[in-house]
Amino acid sequence: MLLASPKKLRSCGIIGMNQRNFSLVSRYNPRHLYPLVDDKLKTKLLAQKAGITVPKLLGTVDYQHDVKKLKDLLSAHHQFVIKPVKGSGGKGILVITKRDQNDYIKPNGDRLTLAEIERHVSDILSGLHSLGGKLDTVMIESLIQLDPVFSDYSYEGIPDLRVIIFQGYPIMAMLRLTTHTSDGKANLHQGAVGVGVDIGNGKALHAVQFGKPIQHHPDTQKTFSELEIPHWDKLLPLAAACYEMTGLGYLGVDIVLDRDLGPMIIELNARPGLAIQVANSAGLAPRINVINELKQIDPDPQSRADFSKENFSNSLSGSLPPRLERTRQGD
Amino acid sequence: MKAEFKLYILVFLIMTTGIGLILYKHLALGFPLLPDDKKLTWIVEAKIDFVANGEPVIVSFALPPKNTSTIFMEENFASPDYGFSEIASPTGRRAQWSKRSANDSQTTYYRLNVYKNDLTIATPPSDIPHEPIKPEFDKAHQIAAIALVEQARNKSANTETFTRELIKLLSPQMPNQNQSLLINDQASVDYKTNLVIDLLALENISARIVRGLYLEGGRRKQTLSNFVEVHNGSQWLLFNQETGEIGLPENFLIWQHGAESLLDVIGGQNSRVSFSIIENVQSSRDLALLNNENKQATIIDFSIYSLPIEQQNAFKMILLLPIGALIVVILRLIIGIRTSGTFMPILIALALIQTTLLTGIIMFLTVVSTGLLIRNYLSHLNLLFVARISAVIIVVILIMASISIISNKIGVSQALTVTFFPLVILAWTIERMSVLWEEDGPREVFIQGSGSLITAVIAYLFMTNNTIAYLTFNFPELLLVNLAFILILGQYTGYRLTELYRFNSLDRRRNAISEP
Repeated sequence: MLLASPKKLRSCGIIGMNQRNFSLVSRYNPRHLYPLVDDKLKTKLLAQKAGITVPKLLGTVDYQHDVKKLKDLLSAHHQFVIKPVKGSGGKGILVITKRDQNDYIKPNGDRLTLAEIERHVSDILSGLHSLGGKLDTVMIESLIQLDPVFSDYSYEGIPDLRVIIFQGYPIMAMLRLTTHTSDGKANLHQGAVGVGVDIGNGKALHAVQFGKPIQHHPDTQKTFSELEIPHWDKLLPLAAACYEMTGLGYLGVDIVLDRDLGPMIIELNARPGLAIQVANSAGLAPRINVINELKQIDPDPQSRADFSKENFSNSLSGSLPPRLERTRQGD
Repeated sequence: MKAEFKLYILVFLIMTTGIGLILYKHLALGFPLLPDDKKLTWIVEAKIDFVANGEPVIVSFALPPKNTSTIFMEENFASPDYGFSEIASPTGRRAQWSKRSANDSQTTYYRLNVYKNDLTIATPPSDIPHEPIKPEFDKAHQIAAIALVEQARNKSANTETFTRELIKLLSPQMPNQNQSLLINDQASVDYKTNLVIDLLALENISARIVRGLYLEGGRRKQTLSNFVEVHNGSQWLLFNQETGEIGLPENFLIWQHGAESLLDVIGGQNSRVSFSIIENVQSSRDLALLNNENKQATIIDFSIYSLPIEQQNAFKMILLLPIGALIVVILRLIIGIRTSGTFMPILIALALIQTTLLTGIIMFLTVVSTGLLIRNYLSHLNLLFVARISAVIIVVILIMASISIISNKIGVSQALTVTFFPLVILAWTIERMSVLWEEDGPREVFIQGSGSLITAVIAYLFMTNNTIAYLTFNFPELLLVNLAFILILGQYTGYRLTELYRFNSLDRRRNAISEP
């Protein structure tokens, strides 16, 4: 069988792209709030105001003629990340981990000259990576230090954790591990490994690469069963608090774990993808239903995180009756 | 719920308006639903010759009556230096040519372009007949006539069967004394017609002569054929006076009802009328269009047809775009094919229409892959984004030019059509693909590239379909139907086909968990 039966998928509560767009994104995410998450600089400032930890901003480049100032801006830093402010899906992110005299070195060892970095910055400013090709801004952030927990599970890059926040409640989580194939990027399209994470305790559940289940990290050969995400109790409320921050009802929160600074929000996404269901081997719909049946949304992120831990733990989710996300009659 | 309800009402309204207009055009105005629908048309030419004797001339000629079963597209009255008018007389239309004086042989023409209307059934004329006038025969003929009528009456039950039997008795296949007395071999066709009418009058049945023309292509010097029309008390019935068959024969154009003369010439002699017929095959759509333009149907008057031909051609293409859009919507929302750029495939499809499929695809692949290689080189040069895109455009032009020149030298002329591809779209595609390659890897380039091409090819196949092209242009109301479909598809929240594959592993894993 090459294809799954739609009936079965529905009974598992798997949400498809059309349904995501129709009954989650367009219903719970008002358009006018998008700029808050599509503009990473705004997100960062907003998060700082709300007391949420974010990577330190080293500087920004707003105009083409400022590209020449890049040299001075970077001179003080040996490690940094260059990002397009309006980029999406990890596009246009350049990570520099080392400097060797005049060369900048990427995690995979490639050497870049200052001119090449200037071109990259100039591309970003021209809108190469932004949605709809709009003019963009470049921001330079401090580099995240890899948490030793992940050192066996990531290759040439920093893994990140995607948590889906629905109406303020964390409902599903997935760890994205970098691989050699993915060029050190936590991008599932390029071959990063997605690992489903138990909302209850932060332990790894299943892992997929290119949509196919795998047992070991393809580069380090480490099995995923021993993987457990540290600071889980601190991390969930942090993610849940992004609901108040943005007002978006269906939100993807990307979190990295810094060795020294702990969990930090790096990006928010108003249209989080569906691969998380494959990594978790579970559908989003039953969990969305649980939240929808609540009489009111708890104003405290901490107690929302506790509620999710209690209700969406993997040991429980199997026993929940599979229910359908019925948004319209007869569909 | 309320918004959905509104949407469904809207969809319903749009859909019914669209379908209603299509049906109206098809059923009432006669636009065929298929492009190959053809109809026979005939050009009937009546040529009137006479020798004028120097006096004022008046030529009066009976014209065929207009009815719903035949459509007169065009009537011409050509005759040099004659005054002309069309006169409605109680017995039907007549043409009248007039001139103060004329000498020698004169000719006037009447030309008629006609076709049969399949949509309405011919209705027999409904006028009420005069009392039949009892004929007067001499003694011998009187006896023969009464005997024949008697014979026919015995074999018949009503007016219809009586007429049929009477015609049979008069036919030369059944020779008998009475018949041969009434009709001799030299008797003209008109004589026989009148005889039938007289015999019917003996039986107190109203009848009249009907003259008409068999519409057969390539006939010259035809004369009108005589039929007998009999009133059975409620309606007129047409009989073939030779065979006794009832009803209007196929492709028979009735020219004249009643005994009034076909042609009267005052101030001339040796007048003669002869008919010639040319048969044509014309597309039903053109005929419907012409007919409705003549009638000035509002829906045709305010339509694309009223635009100049050039703009009509532009619209032919534009009206195909929504079909492409529908294909894209279906492929993306229901099948789940990923394409690079939402509507880029339609633009490729438009280019394919110009270049033909195979050449187009080969050209597209050649240009894009060469472009990708060169773009890869350009990325090593330190260029600003807009400058790089512009550079890629120029490179694409160079590639196009070299493909055209090389293929021309080799003798493959098809490759020249590469110029139909929209330049900027190609350059933009190359740029996007190249960025995609850097960001998401060759796998995504392959998926989105082939997705775009497959979508373009499917859209191309639909857009070049003869029937679809015909329907979209001649029934622009289909836009509304298309719109309604897209509105409905916009509500589809089910799984995409590709998602069934994507979530397949998940489904199997869950089974594996639940089974042991």
